[in-house]
Amino acid sequence: MLRGRTHVYGDDIDTDRIIPGKYTKTLDMSELAAHVLEDLDPNFSKIVQPGDILVAGKNFGSGSSREQAPVALKRAGIAVVIARSFARIFFRNAINIGLPLVEVKHHTIRPGHEVEVDLIGGVVHNLTTGETYQATRMPSVMIDILNAGGLVNYLKTHRDYKL
Amino acid sequence: MGQTVAEKIISHHSGRSVQAGELAIVSVDGVMATDATGPMAIKAFHEMGGETLWDAARVSMILDHATPAPNEKIANLHKLLRDFAAETGCHFYDVGEGICHQLMVENAHVRPGDIFLGADSHTPTYGALNAFAAGVGATDLAAVMFTGKTWLKVPETIRIELVGELPRGLSAKDVILTLVGLLGVDGANYMAIEYTGEAIRNFTLASRMVLANMAAEMGAKTAFVDPTGLKLWYDWTPTYADADAQYAQQHVVDVSNLKPKVAVPHLPSSVKDIDAVAGTKVHQAFIGSCTNARLEDLQMAAQVLRGKKIARGVRLLIAPASRRVFNDALSDGTIQILSDAGATIINSGCGPCVGTLGGIPGDDEVIISSTNRNFRGRMGNPNAQIYLASPAVVAASALTGQITNPTDVLDTTSEWEVL
Ligand code: SF4
Repeated sequence: MLRGRTHVYGDDIDTDRIIPGKYTKTLDMSELAAHVLEDLDPNFSKIVQPGDILVAGKNFGSGSSREQAPVALKRAGIAVVIARSFARIFFRNAINIGLPLVEVKHHTIRPGHEVEVDLIGGVVHNLTTGETYQATRMPSVMIDILNAGGLVNYLKTHRDYKL
Repeated sequence: MGQTVAEKIISHHSGRSVQAGELAIVSVDGVMATDATGPMAIKAFHEMGGETLWDAARVSMILDHATPAPNEKIANLHKLLRDFAAETGCHFYDVGEGICHQLMVENAHVRPGDIFLGADSHTPTYGALNAFAAGVGATDLAAVMFTGKTWLKVPETIRIELVGELPRGLSAKDVILTLVGLLGVDGANYMAIEYTGEAIRNFTLASRMVLANMAAEMGAKTAFVDPTGLKLWYDWTPTYADADAQYAQQHVVDVSNLKPKVAVPHLPSSVKDIDAVAGTKVHQAFIGSCTNARLEDLQMAAQVLRGKKIARGVRLLIAPASRRVFNDALSDGTIQILSDAGATIINSGCGPCVGTLGGIPGDDEVIISSTNRNFRGRMGNPNAQIYLASPAVVAASALTGQITNPTDVLDTTSEWEVL
């Protein structure tokens, strides 16, 4: 169960806006958090707190395959991203590096709401409004990868994958 | 039940007959990573416990995203990839050889019917060859370097039939921009696309690559161009969808009355007929990228610019897709024409497309570009305006200094040689 305060943004937030390409040419991931979402909201990296929840519209994480995008969000302290839909490479990347995501088609979450996410049960509770939203279920292999903390650890026990 | 191309190729690689929606574990025929993604993939590969590659002959590393190295950080990433390639014996393409996707096709590292994963979102480009090619992130790629396998969900397929004949002065880029405008930036999310129809029967491999490449701009997992009419320099077997295959959507698009298309800032799906934006002043024009920087693209530009000079106040940058493309364009005189017209020919690689090196626009500047993405900040400056179009439109716009329909400046007596 993940519980946190929300930051809400719109549709089609691409990976260039999550973390601009100019910051990704390094293996030093500690710098990423300082620039996360900076072209979208220059204040974000200053106000985000560990455990906060990012909420977005449709097609979150479209564009490049850069894995630094979910890494930057995770490093910035984001506990889970809720979106109406995710771009497919971002979806896989986030799970692979251990950043939980939930796809919720309909919700009324506003900035600053207190939200609780039940990944396994596939539901999101809005503690501020008292509403509950249904999330799309992930394939079990993705839940296993998340539970292992990411694909690197998962492969240590499931070298041939387990569907 | 009949199968789509995706279902056939995945069935072949998973040892059982699959349908859309199922999960499958598949053997992978090849992978590649670049200087943008390779370092993270290598790090993840080592963290998994990887030492030797599952099959070095099926792994390629390419330096293309920031080449030649603009600073010591990137130089060290390049060094890391170079050393890794030397240690493991995988294929390696150093600075200046070209853009990853062009190199994979040119050097036949990917072939029809393959499953190929690239740590780059434009990997679906190889759908021009009828390969199942998908982009993945660094950790997924590392897992294949380690195991030779991956898991995937068999995608549903959108079938797009292109009918009619393209008007003079238009090319594959105008077709794909039309489709991205129609389906939207997530119109094919998680899905495969099959392009078919008489309009693309005579398309060159290069033009087919344009269609497959920008499937990524619709969120597609992969794309296939009907292999009818495809000519390759090696033996291969085509894969066709069954007549009774099941599709998520089917579209028929007539290309015979298309106008040149332009995607306006800041989404590749914000597509307009050129008339709506013609006359917009441009500061920089760029012909490059894995979408449109092959020989026919440079020839198209040369045809517009032959014997003329680009407008004052405009920079025209041209980055051929690979060394082979550059050499071909050198020997047939194309480069001479472009250079005489005032173009700056830069090294083969991604550079300006992704804002890593070279051609970074100034604030409020307008760029017309043959690339595939015009997201805010894409070329390195969030305050610039990027318009996407065909190489012919880019060249015509460089010539006049404003967004221009190439048919307005093309010599009407000369035949349009390409396409
Ligand atoms: S040319 Fe541009 S779109 Fe193509 S691989 Fe390079 S950075 Fe990506």
